[in-house]
Amino acid sequence: MSAPPTEAAEPAEPAVPEGRVVLDTGDIARALTRIAHEILERNKGAGDLVLLGIPSRGVPLARRIAERIQDVEGVAVPVGALDITMYRDDLRRHPARSPQPTEVPPGGVDGKTVVLVDDVLYSGRTVRAALDAMNDLGRPDVVRLAVLVDRGHRELPIRADHVGKNLPSARTERVMVRLADTDDVEGVWIE
Amino acid sequence: MRKHLLSVDDLSTDDVATLFATAAEMHDVQRRQVKKLPALRGRTIINLFFEDSTRTRSSFEIAGKWLSADTINIAAKGSSASKGESLRDTVRTIAAMGVDALVVRHPASGAALQVSQWVDAAVVNAGDGTHEHPTQALLDAYTLQRRLGGLEGRHVVIVGDLTHSRVFRSNVKCLGKLGAEVTVVAPPTLMPSGVAAWSADAGFATSYDLDAVLPTADAVMMLRVQRERMSGAFFPSAREYTVGYGLTRDRLGVLGPDVPICHPGPMNRGLEIAADAADAAQSAVLDQVSAGVAVRMSILYHLLAGED
Repeated sequence: MSAPPTEAAEPAEPAVPEGRVVLDTGDIARALTRIAHEILERNKGAGDLVLLGIPSRGVPLARRIAERIQDVEGVAVPVGALDITMYRDDLRRHPARSPQPTEVPPGGVDGKTVVLVDDVLYSGRTVRAALDAMNDLGRPDVVRLAVLVDRGHRELPIRADHVGKNLPSARTERVMVRLADTDDVEGVWIE
Repeated sequence: MRKHLLSVDDLSTDDVATLFATAAEMHDVQRRQVKKLPALRGRTIINLFFEDSTRTRSSFEIAGKWLSADTINIAAKGSSASKGESLRDTVRTIAAMGVDALVVRHPASGAALQVSQWVDAAVVNAGDGTHEHPTQALLDAYTLQRRLGGLEGRHVVIVGDLTHSRVFRSNVKCLGKLGAEVTVVAPPTLMPSGVAAWSADAGFATSYDLDAVLPTADAVMMLRVQRERMSGAFFPSAREYTVGYGLTRDRLGVLGPDVPICHPGPMNRGLEIAADAADAAQSAVLDQVSAGVAVRMSILYHLLAGED
């Protein structure tokens, strides 16, 4: 007999984060719509675009941006996932983490304009790892970065091309993103 | 996960699930043009093989290299072991060079456990005598799980030289952990002594009659007749073994077309497995080999990538 789903394995993170809400569902939707338009404007259309989400929450964000591009341009932009676990520079500092799926759309990334999508841009180390991972997948013409929240405190010379919200924060604060696709609630919190 | 992988007993059911999930990602990497991942950069893995091996050794070597570890092979032939150096001295000498993992195959049961007590490095058992071969069991279970969509309640039949088989010993543990119903089949002379109590304890069935068992099989695993481990005459002739326990063309006809056929290799074609069965569309033999690399990458990653 399997336990009912509510009694399943304890979630590693609180279901509803504590702290102050900085983006609600409507804010997230508006930010993603703007990012979709910015991507199209910068790329002069949807030609040769590929969206790659960084697991776990970058993947549903990439999918949502693709839906908005479909609404505006009527073009289905390929969406994939780019896992960076094996490329992290802090693997030795934690117990081994399990990699998440990497899904490269059928057309690949060679010669494309790849937009990496992630939820929070912080130290920049995740993006550094993502660029290395991309290097092993192929050679895009252009790589851009779209994030829902940029909270500052970069440790590497990396910046985002498209930002949902710039969120000045202290290093001691925690920024938490929850999406209906992966969580019970949706929003961005700071604590 | 523990520091070493010496036996399937070292793994919890959750560990096996974690290893398989990572192996599935590694499997996808195998299809890429660039197959290298940087996860084990700067780590050194030594394959220390005191027995002949083609697929296990090269599989571990490729797995280590695709994870960017430095992988070195040492075979007993041509090493100091052939000059009379003890296992302990050989192992401690190699460990003193600063290695992170030792992959050990040895004809003595318990050798890997011994080695793990002499060195700080992580030790992976790549086969110790007639005791265990945990990475083979994991890749077999992984292959079958992908073929069958799951192992819970599925009937897996293991046939052959059980007395000398470490693959069988690891497999009954691993398949049992994943909920499969296992029946082992062998001629009475190749059935391990004391198997009755053991099978009752571990929850697998035994049989001397392959034809009675085959019709209900969801998967068949043929074991190699290990002539190098046989000191006496265990069956009158090769022909007689094939008639009683070989996967012949006739028996292939009894199996459903979707029943995977596994063999850990190397195959004695015409003895325990007919060419028709080995080359059948439902044969999983080459799947096992490619899964072997993915599963060993997963094992090396989980043993070596994290903090010490």
